[in-house]
Amino acid sequence: MKRIATLLFISLIAIAGCIGGDESGPAKETVTAVESSPSLPMKELSGSVAVDGSSTVYPITEAVSEEFQRLYPRVRVTVGISGTGGGFKKFCNGEVDINDASRPIKQKEINACTAKGIEFIEIPVAFDGISVVVNPSNDWIGKGLTVAELREIWKPNSSVKKWSDVRTEWPGKKIFLVGADADSGTFDYFTKAIVGEERASRADYTASADDNVLVQAIAGEKYALGYFGYAYYLENSQKLKLLGIDDGISENGDGYIVPTPETISKGIYQPLSRPLFIYVNKKSAERPETKEFIRYYLMEGRELVKQTGYVSLPDKAYELALKRFEDAKTGSIFTGGSQVGVSIEEILAKE
Amino acid sequence: MKKGLTNRQLKGRVFELVCLGSMMAALAVLTVLLWDVWTDGHAWLDLQFLDSFPSRFPEKAGIKSAIWGTFWLMIMTALISVPLGVGAAIYLQEYARKTTLTRIIETNISNLAGVPSIVYGILGLALFVRAMDLERSLISGALTMSLLILPIIIISSQEAILAVPSSIREASYAIGATKWQTIRYHVLPDALPGILTGNILALSRAIGETAPLIMIGALTFIAFTPSSPRDPFTVLPIQIFNWISRPQEEFHFLAAAGIVVLLVFLLTMNAAAILLRNRYQKNLKW
Repeated sequence: MKRIATLLFISLIAIAGCIGGDESGPAKETVTAVESSPSLPMKELSGSVAVDGSSTVYPITEAVSEEFQRLYPRVRVTVGISGTGGGFKKFCNGEVDINDASRPIKQKEINACTAKGIEFIEIPVAFDGISVVVNPSNDWIGKGLTVAELREIWKPNSSVKKWSDVRTEWPGKKIFLVGADADSGTFDYFTKAIVGEERASRADYTASADDNVLVQAIAGEKYALGYFGYAYYLENSQKLKLLGIDDGISENGDGYIVPTPETISKGIYQPLSRPLFIYVNKKSAERPETKEFIRYYLMEGRELVKQTGYVSLPDKAYELALKRFEDAKTGSIFTGGSQVGVSIEEILAKE
Repeated sequence: MKKGLTNRQLKGRVFELVCLGSMMAALAVLTVLLWDVWTDGHAWLDLQFLDSFPSRFPEKAGIKSAIWGTFWLMIMTALISVPLGVGAAIYLQEYARKTTLTRIIETNISNLAGVPSIVYGILGLALFVRAMDLERSLISGALTMSLLILPIIIISSQEAILAVPSSIREASYAIGATKWQTIRYHVLPDALPGILTGNILALSRAIGETAPLIMIGALTFIAFTPSSPRDPFTVLPIQIFNWISRPQEEFHFLAAAGIVVLLVFLLTMNAAAILLRNRYQKNLKW
């Protein structure tokens, strides 16, 4: 018995030794990374990049970091999901290097960053059309909804309880609402575009910052209605029914318009088309591994943007964004808060 | 008289059947669960799954980072919580005088065992991640997990020490042994099977915990294995949670395969607990 106890003790010490011994490893690696130039061989580059934020942008960043780490096996990229707002809280606390954001940074968040001495570089990476969807067994909805109807449904203290409250000929069944929660950039943008005031929304609906949860909620309930990023619709198009949106403005095209890569990039799918961003901490951007990651994001990321179901920006926009990054231009080109109906051309003009 | 006897025997028989039914119900639930997970997951369970990092393509995805994260988290949690927990139990049981203060302390330890795990997550976030600046690392996770299971370890170790008959201690004192010698050569060896079982069961609770780790920021997408206590990490329950929350069905099968791996981990630990107990108990003759 004594022998076994001794053995156990020795093995514990040995394991502790292993962990302790490993500690010196990464420290050495960082030193080599700092010394070498940005264009050093792929196998040599090491370090870590921490990303968090929007679940809408997550599929793009996940794809980029997966491919990036194939090329640079010693760079450690971590990606979390905590919503655009939740991510900015960590970002402005200096806890992450990059924040995925499905809306521009807000003045309040800029102030929080400034208070901690954190400067950021804003980079648009893709376009998204917030998709309004119902369950596939919904046979009464027809082509879609108008913006006015959506506003009635989603405005604060809305009186819409049943489908028949939207249009009288629709079933008198309770409408099961599903949407982004208050930590989500999608929530900010949707409320601004539909209700007219940012963050003004009814509160009695099923909310999550994770779009996967929303997809499953709608796929499982016949009388559901909800909204989230276009990529999540595309990935699950079998389980969902996509609605057209009529904004009543004929310049954007008449009638119910369904989000497609074309309607989103041409600004016809209004008012729910929006740019997606990543925000990079300026200090982190000086590290070679972060620099390479962003370069890769903007060079090779275009293809991955399409693969994940979003709409890539024009090549010119990526070039300008890359230049903006290389010049380390800090600050937001948006005056803070969501702006409805921003087309690619407008972003370019602001660059 | 005879009627009364059959009546009483009947009651006894009914009670036995009720107990049997309870056991069968528990067993049936477990069987259905295992069967369901196995049918969903076994086709995806191969070497490639065990040896790959997570991926957006289900056929390429694996749980390498989660397995290693769980492994190191458990080792570090054990290294922190076992000495602390057993030490505290020995002190409370053998050295501390039974005063009102020790009784208050013991009651509070029992209460701590019932605190929801998310509360420990919030504490870990504020204390280890932020205040001590350990960041969202393995060591933060291990410290948080240690807090979570310390009460269970202390209570079960105390029970095991309490089960050692006081006649053993008295006999040891009678031949002139000191308190330290008594504890070292008699109380601890005799209590060891119970202490080990309690510790391993406490660690098996920690292995399945997700909430506190999400709180302290164990991450969703990690494609490397941790090489130092300061590295970010992910664990099996978080990887399973991430897959199950994805809408595509293939990821649900991956999650089932991940659950099978987690169950293997758990059963191995529980089996180790039973084996250790049996092995040591043979030497005990009271």
